[in-house]
Amino acid sequence: MDNAVVINIQQIKKMYDMGGAEEVHALRGVNVEIRKNEYVAIMGPSGSGKSTLMNIIGCLDTPTSGLYEFNGVNVSEMNDNQLAKIRNKEIGFVFQTFNLLARSDSLHNVELPLIYGGIPAAERKRLATEALEQVGLGERIHHKPNELSGGQRQRVAIARALVNKPSILLADEPTGNLDSKTGDEIMNLFAELHNKGNTVILVTHEEYIAEHAHRIIRVRDGLVASDEVVARVKIPAVAAAV
Amino acid sequence: MSKTLFEWSNIRESFAMALSAIRTNKLRSALTLVGIIVGVFSIIAVMTAMGVLRNSIEQGMTQLGANTFQIQKFPSGFDSGPEMRRRLRNRKDITYEQALQVRDKVTLADAIGLEIWQFGLTMFWQDKKTNPNISIAGENVDGVATNNWIVDNGRGLNQEDIDKATNVIILGVNIVEKLFPPQVNPIGERVRVDGEIYQVIGVFEKKGSALGDNQDNFGVIPITAYFQKYGKRARSINIMVKAKSPVVYDDCVEQSRAILRVARGVPPGQDDDFSYFSNEGIIEQFNDITSKFRMAVFGISSIALLAAGIGIMNIMLVSVTERTREIGIRKAIGARRTNILTQFILEAIVLSEIGGIIGILVGILAGNSLAIIWSLPVVIPYDWAVIGFVICSIIGIVFGVYPAWKASNLDPIESLRYE
Ligand SMILES: Nc1ncnc2c1ncn2[C@@H]1O[C@H](COP(=O)(O)OP(=O)(O)OP(=O)(O)O)[C@@H](O)[C@H]1O
Ligand SMILES: [Mg+2]
Repeated sequence: MDNAVVINIQQIKKMYDMGGAEEVHALRGVNVEIRKNEYVAIMGPSGSGKSTLMNIIGCLDTPTSGLYEFNGVNVSEMNDNQLAKIRNKEIGFVFQTFNLLARSDSLHNVELPLIYGGIPAAERKRLATEALEQVGLGERIHHKPNELSGGQRQRVAIARALVNKPSILLADEPTGNLDSKTGDEIMNLFAELHNKGNTVILVTHEEYIAEHAHRIIRVRDGLVASDEVVARVKIPAVAAAV
Repeated sequence: MSKTLFEWSNIRESFAMALSAIRTNKLRSALTLVGIIVGVFSIIAVMTAMGVLRNSIEQGMTQLGANTFQIQKFPSGFDSGPEMRRRLRNRKDITYEQALQVRDKVTLADAIGLEIWQFGLTMFWQDKKTNPNISIAGENVDGVATNNWIVDNGRGLNQEDIDKATNVIILGVNIVEKLFPPQVNPIGERVRVDGEIYQVIGVFEKKGSALGDNQDNFGVIPITAYFQKYGKRARSINIMVKAKSPVVYDDCVEQSRAILRVARGVPPGQDDDFSYFSNEGIIEQFNDITSKFRMAVFGISSIALLAAGIGIMNIMLVSVTERTREIGIRKAIGARRTNILTQFILEAIVLSEIGGIIGILVGILAGNSLAIIWSLPVVIPYDWAVIGFVICSIIGIVFGVYPAWKASNLDPIESLRYE
């Protein structure tokens, strides 16, 4: 595996000060290295720190201590605009709770990263429509989130994460709210992206979802408990897509 | 940084979001707008009404053309205390001889009109008659020009009319409409006023009305014919002096003043026993009198606008809190600080500008109610409308900056967690 390291996390800690003597240690010194075009699943019990880790990787949250290098650049030294640019162009983030703008329709939700990326209106509309078609929502362009099913909302969120063609896709329990059939569809979509050369990192509770990945990182109590590469032949969806 | 701030797509997005946010909170926005509307309304309404009044006064004075001032016995002003009135009562009329001295000796004037009036008359033609409210002016040849009267049909006065004191008359449209059927050309007809017969030689262009006062309800006869009928000492003469140019205007006033003082035998060191009247002077006076009123209105408006600004800030702070999640989402997908800042400032600006526009429109309407009642020309105070609009935008910016700054500095992940 000679691909470049895109995410280099060393001794990352995240501590929440709850006031008084009470402190929550969400991460206690995590080391992770992820290379380009890896497909990683992060697993672990509830409250183990998976989301915290994902948010740090996605440049949404900052660690209390430790080193995080994104594409070789120290994230803690980046200013607000540089971080915004990475979130906009380099990373597509799919949230467990969708996080769509409630008052905007699917198209506008998907257009949003393009707006902040400075893409002209016509081009924006074309790209956003394409992305929605890609996730099978070509017919739901003008629906607002509350007019869509949970699975459809998740797909809008995925379209939004993909529309700027980021090199890394982060998904925090993307199938948590979906039935297994819709979940499979979305996993196929991720597999496809991975085959196109993207790096995919997802958090999941489900073993069968994790099986799509070729590497599983297990987190427990804010520490990496295990980090293993799964044999590629075990991944039927990828095999099918290839 | 400034690049993002002025990126068109970003502004458009912010603008659309602002409108949509205002739409979702209609009632709240409307209540916030009341303050702005009241503040802008009062400024605009008062300025419009002043404009209407001033217009009407100006129109009432259009008998004086450019660079023209009038010398008359009494000041034509609004003010004059009892003391002033007592002193004015003793003034002597300006006589024709004194007026002629001014006419002959003032060298800086282009034209010098002399006139003398008679009011409350009735005019007859055949079996028709006017109300007893028409005026007759005796004028010299220049008088028609210095009054800015334009003869529409027929001719004006000429020197021969003056020299021979012929009984000819030029009529205002109102009298013509009142006396003559449309198919009759009044030129050449004979009318009777005060037992005297005059031949109609011309009709003046319509002037309309000022302050509800009809301005086309008069006739002009040669000043000499006037003297024949009413005598030379019937009333004080008005002298209208048109200066050769704006440059010599002040000198011309001075020159005519000196000549008239000598003619009237005013000893040096004593005040003039006559007054001046000019469009500029009247407008100055009008502005003086109304300035206190205007100040008061500005005071009230400023307080209303300040309160409105604070209201906007309050509502924007609420809005930022309510939309913490939205801000988190936007930041998570790449919005920069400036994007969020622009969005919320723009929202505050749009909000207060909507109030401003409503205030301006309603203010113009209310301010013109006088104009509508008196059928005067409607005034649209573009300058004040622009000023009002700019003030609203400034209020939006000033009171929107803090909430917007707060929004732009929210931490993305904490905003996303916000319930
Ligand atoms: N803002 C916060 N303040 C205090 N404690 C927090 C905060 N966010 C997370 N934590 C704590 O940090 C720990 C890790 O939380 P995290 O959300 O990363 O768990 P998770 O592994 O994603 O769990 P789940 O599978 O349930 O989503 C938890 O114990 C949680 O209570
Ligand atoms: Mg989680």
